[in-house]
Amino acid sequence: MPESGGAERHALRLKAVSKTFGGVKALDGVDFEVLEGEVHCLAGENGCGKSTLIKIVTGVYKPESAGLIELFGERLDGITPVQARDRGVSVIWQDLALFANMSVAENIAFDAMVGLRPRGVDYRGMKKRAGATLERLGVTLDLDAALSTLPIAQRQVVAIARSLMNDARLIFMDEPTASLTQSETDRLLDIVRRLSADGVAIVFVSHRLAEVLEIARRVTVVRDGRLVGVYPTEGMTQARLGELMTGHMLEDSVAARDMSSAPAVFEANRLGRPGEFENIDLVIRRGEVVGLCGLLGAGRTELAHAMMGMSEPATGEMRLHGDVYRPTSIRAAIAHGMAYVSEDRLSLGLLQKQSIVDNASISVLDRLLDGLGLISNGKKLGLIRGWVEKLGIKIGLPDDAISTLSGGNQQKVVLAKWLATEPKVLILDSPTVGVDVGARAGLFRIVRELAEQGLAILLISDEVTEALYNSDRVLHMVQGRIAGEYDPSTTSVQALEEAIYE
Amino acid sequence: MNAIVRRLEEIFGRETFGLLVLMAVMVAAYSLATPQFLTARNLSSMGFQAPLLGLLTLAMLAPMISGGLNLAIIYTANISGLALAWVLLQFGGPDAGMFAVILGSLAAVAVGAIAGAVMGAVIAYIGAHPILVSLAMMIFLRGLGEFLTRGGDISGFPPSLAVLGHGTLYGLPVPLLLFALVALAWHVMLRRSRHGFAVYMVGSNIRASEYSGIDTKRTLVLIYTLSGVICAIAGILMAARFNSVRVGHGEALLLVTVLAIFLGGIDPFGGHGKVAPVIIAILILQILSSGLNLVGANQHLATAVWGLFLIAVMILRSDQVAALFRRKE
Repeated sequence: MPESGGAERHALRLKAVSKTFGGVKALDGVDFEVLEGEVHCLAGENGCGKSTLIKIVTGVYKPESAGLIELFGERLDGITPVQARDRGVSVIWQDLALFANMSVAENIAFDAMVGLRPRGVDYRGMKKRAGATLERLGVTLDLDAALSTLPIAQRQVVAIARSLMNDARLIFMDEPTASLTQSETDRLLDIVRRLSADGVAIVFVSHRLAEVLEIARRVTVVRDGRLVGVYPTEGMTQARLGELMTGHMLEDSVAARDMSSAPAVFEANRLGRPGEFENIDLVIRRGEVVGLCGLLGAGRTELAHAMMGMSEPATGEMRLHGDVYRPTSIRAAIAHGMAYVSEDRLSLGLLQKQSIVDNASISVLDRLLDGLGLISNGKKLGLIRGWVEKLGIKIGLPDDAISTLSGGNQQKVVLAKWLATEPKVLILDSPTVGVDVGARAGLFRIVRELAEQGLAILLISDEVTEALYNSDRVLHMVQGRIAGEYDPSTTSVQALEEAIYE
Repeated sequence: MNAIVRRLEEIFGRETFGLLVLMAVMVAAYSLATPQFLTARNLSSMGFQAPLLGLLTLAMLAPMISGGLNLAIIYTANISGLALAWVLLQFGGPDAGMFAVILGSLAAVAVGAIAGAVMGAVIAYIGAHPILVSLAMMIFLRGLGEFLTRGGDISGFPPSLAVLGHGTLYGLPVPLLLFALVALAWHVMLRRSRHGFAVYMVGSNIRASEYSGIDTKRTLVLIYTLSGVICAIAGILMAARFNSVRVGHGEALLLVTVLAIFLGGIDPFGGHGKVAPVIIAILILQILSSGLNLVGANQHLATAVWGLFLIAVMILRSDQVAALFRRKE
């Protein structure tokens, strides 16, 4: 590998790229450069413009203005998806975009084998080429196995092999390790090193800072659509990187209070459900915000589902206000004063086809009836107007489709819908996914106020900083068990990050 | 002029207003083409014909808003009609009294409700696709009906039943009044009741509805049951109008109901749609075929024109055409 400062060739050079969505600057004059064969990390919080940048390089979005766009030394006026693919740019998204019902070989060789010419599919050639590509990665997989039978880590390998089949020379990997175990991650990092030695440039997007510092040579930090800087990973610490990403000395914003004397609202004793979680002891007190951290698949969402009556725990018991609580359905849980803001706002939290007012009314229809037992339009509008004011939701008309709102405002409508049920316990499952940085602060201000008013809140979060700064206590879940409890006022981001990711 | 149009659009909703304009244009055109069109005789004959299609369309509409479909509407109506006929025959056929008609109608409604409830339960609890479930129910009911009737007609009903099909009240056809009543009830159920609200929600995203505390299973069972009840009413009307019950009566109307629903601008994937535009769509189809009949066209031509008409409406409604108009402005 050439030394830095030598005559290195660039795989990608972008200068002063800007992109605006509906008045919001997603990218504001960002420079981004990747060298050939380099492992480069693109770091920043959710909503900082990382994916917009990737989508510009792959031609999905067109930037409004760009000082320079250069791919492998070739100057381009703009990038189209076809140009990007022909020049060897490839993205492996978190959801992988593979065909679950097709075999490994078919998935890998798909693009190469689909042509305009009307002819039969050459299965033998397909398998041969797929096998050769996997060999290049140093991996053996059953080529005939259906993709759906493979664990996530192996599907990831299939996705990488597929981009190599298309002669990828610049691969973007979006959170590739988010759902992998440590040993699987190590194996993936080995593959990344192998590709890099082969001259393939890799842009790695990851929240796991430890991993970023281990694999990447340089890191580009983006915050709120602006470039913060490009730094060598040598000599960089996780704490410093976290600070660059969020833009403030994070220790300042801890707001934890000691709530240990408040009465318990929700309790779980030795709660378990095979394959999901086990031996969970959990107390959420009146007015307390309990953070719940852990890797994807650690059992956090599954625990929330059991609390909401979506699944039945096999062992242990739950109590609400001291009484045994055994919900048999979501409706029963709601009736008991439970509320759940789902991690999947787009398909589970809101009904995207319906209006703002209907989305807010759905959980409290019984309270919106007139004398005849019919739904009163006036009461519906009164409900949404009240919450618009209380939560500071920015909407056009109540009858507009919910999809016209920004992520942050949509999430506030979800909150309104649940708060209208007057819950005693509120579960927030990754509430800031797809919500921009500014709106997050507003959202957590509301969460704070709700806690002050006595609501017991469970905050499930993928982001260590988010959990640490907005909770009174943080619990750490590993493989279905609660592995530790941290006091935010005495725990650093770095310490918690190390506990979670190592 | 533009302001008036906009105001009317606001009152009726864009979709409904467009259909009303279309209906007015058709009425004007037929009135010019033939003096027989705007006569009491023709209007009354349309008033007797349209309600059957109208009821069946309402029975199709609600499951469609819930994201499904009920392919069994015709045979549910037929089987319900059979139940009515059986009760009437037990009470002496043509000599059966009012009591028998009421009892028979209740039996018909019960049979329709059961057929719908079974479909709804299978869709809700087994999670099978509504197309498959209602198709299976349709085939089952047809076979059952043909077995019970040996493929023939059952006729000989009392005059009190015939009033339902041929009578008038204050000069208005009784079937039309019946339809108006059912349509109003259907509108209130869908737009104002909690159950109706749930139907729209389930139709746009069933899992998100469940996550929000909607009883999605109950909603589905209930909406198919109600659809079955409307089918039964259509079945009673059919028996009254034709003075006979035969399995297969009205078979050709199945896809016409879907046509009327699309014409009424209902989202075929569920979650959106109102009763009013669908009723106007039914009237438009009726005017189209009655008018063609009066100007002397073949009955089969009317069916062909219905199909062409729907294609034309889809083109007119498309985004591309809308964009064309915007550019002109």
